[in-house]
Amino acid sequence: MKMLINVAETVVADALRGMAAAHPELTVDVENRVIVRRDAPVAGKVGLVSGGGSGHEPLHGGFVGPGMLSAACPGEVFTSPVPDQMVRAAAAVDSGAGVLFIVKNYTGDVLNFDMAAELAEDEGIQIAKVLVDDDVAVTDSLYTAGRRGTGATLFVEKIVGAAAEEGRPLERVEALARQVNENSRSFGVALSACSTPAKGSPTFDLPAGELELGVGIHGEPGRERRAMMTSREIADFSVNAILEDMHPRNPVLVLVNGMGATPLLELYGFNAEVQRVLTDRGVPVARTLVGNYVTSLDMAGASVTLCQVDEDLLRLWDAPVRTAGLRWGM
Amino acid sequence: MLDADFFRRWMTATAVSVEHEAERLTALDSPIGDADHGSNLQRGFRAVATALDKEEPGTPGAVLILAGRTLISTVGGASGPLYGTLLRRTGKALGDAAEVDEREFAEALRTGVDAVSQLGGAAPGDKTMIDALVPAVDALGRSFAAARSAAEEGALATTPLQARKGRASYLGERSVGHQDPGATSSAILIAALAETAGE
Repeated sequence: MKMLINVAETVVADALRGMAAAHPELTVDVENRVIVRRDAPVAGKVGLVSGGGSGHEPLHGGFVGPGMLSAACPGEVFTSPVPDQMVRAAAAVDSGAGVLFIVKNYTGDVLNFDMAAELAEDEGIQIAKVLVDDDVAVTDSLYTAGRRGTGATLFVEKIVGAAAEEGRPLERVEALARQVNENSRSFGVALSACSTPAKGSPTFDLPAGELELGVGIHGEPGRERRAMMTSREIADFSVNAILEDMHPRNPVLVLVNGMGATPLLELYGFNAEVQRVLTDRGVPVARTLVGNYVTSLDMAGASVTLCQVDEDLLRLWDAPVRTAGLRWGM
Repeated sequence: MLDADFFRRWMTATAVSVEHEAERLTALDSPIGDADHGSNLQRGFRAVATALDKEEPGTPGAVLILAGRTLISTVGGASGPLYGTLLRRTGKALGDAAEVDEREFAEALRTGVDAVSQLGGAAPGDKTMIDALVPAVDALGRSFAAARSAAEEGALATTPLQARKGRASYLGERSVGHQDPGATSSAILIAALAETAGE
């Protein structure tokens, strides 16, 4: 697999140096791997910190800025960051109003953020946590680690980011984050496996004529493999999988997310099919976002995330945001 | 009796084994995880070796606490907190003693394994590192060599299991038929222990 890199060991640091050069509005600590909005800490504002493995860009560093995250901690590729990074990030953004950790439900992220919360609280920083677990491809039971956190992370970070910007206190920001997560469901498909820089070849074997249904965002295989389907069939399968699990009475936000190697031409075409299914199923759409937002390196494929919104959530979604990966209204 | 030097050599031997086995660990992690277990542990144990050289902790407990803390702050993922907790809690259980006997070490290691089990919420049979560590601790009362065999058998026995914890659990039945990378790296850690003891 050809990659535009020097060596695998420096991929994350190299990307951070490049990000710093492109975005002077961010403070990028390359050595300690923390990305902070330049004006942090903002007086009286709850700090929002997220992080996770690298390889999902623009998540999370690309979502740091006014109206969204206060700071992000990128880990190694597909590996959770370490507690030291999270504590540094929390300390950099805490204005005394406390910090919310937004954690995707993967064992490594959960363990490291738990340890970081303890350490940060020892330093006198008030910490709240929300766990994002929106992926309907994974069934929750006593015996699994629960659902994975995927596309809904973007909805949580954007909506809660706007609420924090308004000056809402920590407990209300935390409650809102839980609400957005509970209102959100995702389903993803992979048309090809991705290749991590460390391995240099596809992380799983997906024959040319097949696709993975219910894939996660780390190149981990999905739940089921089938012969390749059309965009229309994939949209039917994905949206129906979500609607088996959620029964929206309000309008929904739609995220049609590319996994990294699927062109916008295909994503827009797929979105047309997603909108058709939603119309057929009587689900009104409030807003739609199409693009590569929660990616898996060079994986081809897409995921769909729906988030049921009321007036407050929709207003917060529409609120101005200025980050490297998402910006409108300012 | 086991002194600080013994534990330092154990950690160094583990670092050497992890270098040798990194590719195999990553290969085991490809079908059911995300193909980074080898490179993550490699990064962590390299840092452990450097930290032990620099700080030269003087007791068995201090060696393991430093190693554990270093793993937590360099590895990330689930392996960092889990291996870090294993070594840190084992080290804490050893206290300030300048030397410990094999029975005291076996008890301390059991405390460490229990802490890992609690942190990850995993029990034997869940297809995790616990499946190598629990039999190893049980056998440690007999000899280091027995612990090595028990850990290796435990790791091999994860192959037919369905994962119920960690990222492989998301695969459900499709995790069956693959040896668990975490149990495998735990067996490497215990093998390095036996090697250090000359068994």
